[in-house]
Amino acid sequence: MKLDELTKGLFKYNPIFYLLLGLCPLLAVSTRVDNALGMSLAVLFVLVGSNVIISLLRQWIPPEVRIPCFIVVIASFVTIVDLFMYGYAPDLHERLGIYVPLIVVNCIILGRAEAFASKKSVSHSLLDGIGMGIGFMLGIVAIASVREVLSTGAMTIFGYTVIPGLTQTPAMVMLLPPGAFFTIAIIMALINYTTIRRARRR
Amino acid sequence: MDNLLAIAVGAIFVNNFVLFRFLGLCPFFGVSKKTSSALGMGFAVIFVMTCASAITWPIYTYLLIPFEIEFMRTVTFILVIATFVQLIEMVIRKYRSSLYKALGIYLPLITTNCAVMGVALLNVEEGYSLIGSVVDGFSAGIGFTLALLLMSGIRERLELADVPKSFENLPIAFISAALLALAFMAFSGMRL
Repeated sequence: MKLDELTKGLFKYNPIFYLLLGLCPLLAVSTRVDNALGMSLAVLFVLVGSNVIISLLRQWIPPEVRIPCFIVVIASFVTIVDLFMYGYAPDLHERLGIYVPLIVVNCIILGRAEAFASKKSVSHSLLDGIGMGIGFMLGIVAIASVREVLSTGAMTIFGYTVIPGLTQTPAMVMLLPPGAFFTIAIIMALINYTTIRRARRR
Repeated sequence: MDNLLAIAVGAIFVNNFVLFRFLGLCPFFGVSKKTSSALGMGFAVIFVMTCASAITWPIYTYLLIPFEIEFMRTVTFILVIATFVQLIEMVIRKYRSSLYKALGIYLPLITTNCAVMGVALLNVEEGYSLIGSVVDGFSAGIGFTLALLLMSGIRERLELADVPKSFENLPIAFISAALLALAFMAFSGMRL
């Protein structure tokens, strides 16, 4: 069933909470929902692009040098995203900083290339890339919304106020590095809690 | 001339790679269960980060800038780092088998460690000189090792602790990392 390849990345094998991949950009740019959306669109593009190209080339890449080949393909897509963002969204490019070129060492992308795209057909790899990319987006936006609301008391996405100011004294610590670790710890504990409860009911 | 002491203190404490910049988190949670393996990983990272800084700086300054192809830095850096790590692995395996036994299993993991790529990019972005870059790479590695050692000490204690079931393993590790990061926040604003 082809649709499975798309939906498995969303919840069942979510790259962040289940596979624990791509932690660095996840924690570093999840200070605001804007940044998180920009980052995850970039990751989605690189993931889909590299999955398709690697799947197309899978018969010609010799297994001994596959990792360098994958890295070159991924790095080319990252360079495209980097230049595109620099040209069309310079503000976002400035805020994401070195985390844009660092997509190249994001383990989600190399992981999917190695575990999936180098073995499966193009259409399956395309769906897998889209699913995993959206799964990453769900995770990072979830963390970013918690952090943005708690650290500023409000939420603005690309200039639109989604949640107005709730408090005059927001928790600044959520904006700082410790807040990122706290947020992901609590979300993972909640996931564990529901899994344990569901297992107990059966 | 760069202020080398400021670079070193900045990379080890103020802008600690793991706890402030979130670079190298995968080994930080993956290899921090035992102090001995944390130390091995730490030494491998210090070595690779120092050498990677020393290699990428001349390539960027004398190759990419004269030909005006700075946009190729992502592709160049990752290839140089991956090749270098592979080379180191082969050399160590052939000539220093005891060292290979100690560091060998950690070396392949380092290629996809974003801390190494991160230090190469940061050196270029900050505009350090060659010596500044090497000092930055070395101290960033020390900072990484420091965080990894502290974390492994905490996790060895956590093994014996009575942790709520939902928080077992990773969530409690993340909470510990948060508290460590909070402690490291005390260094922020320190200027030399």
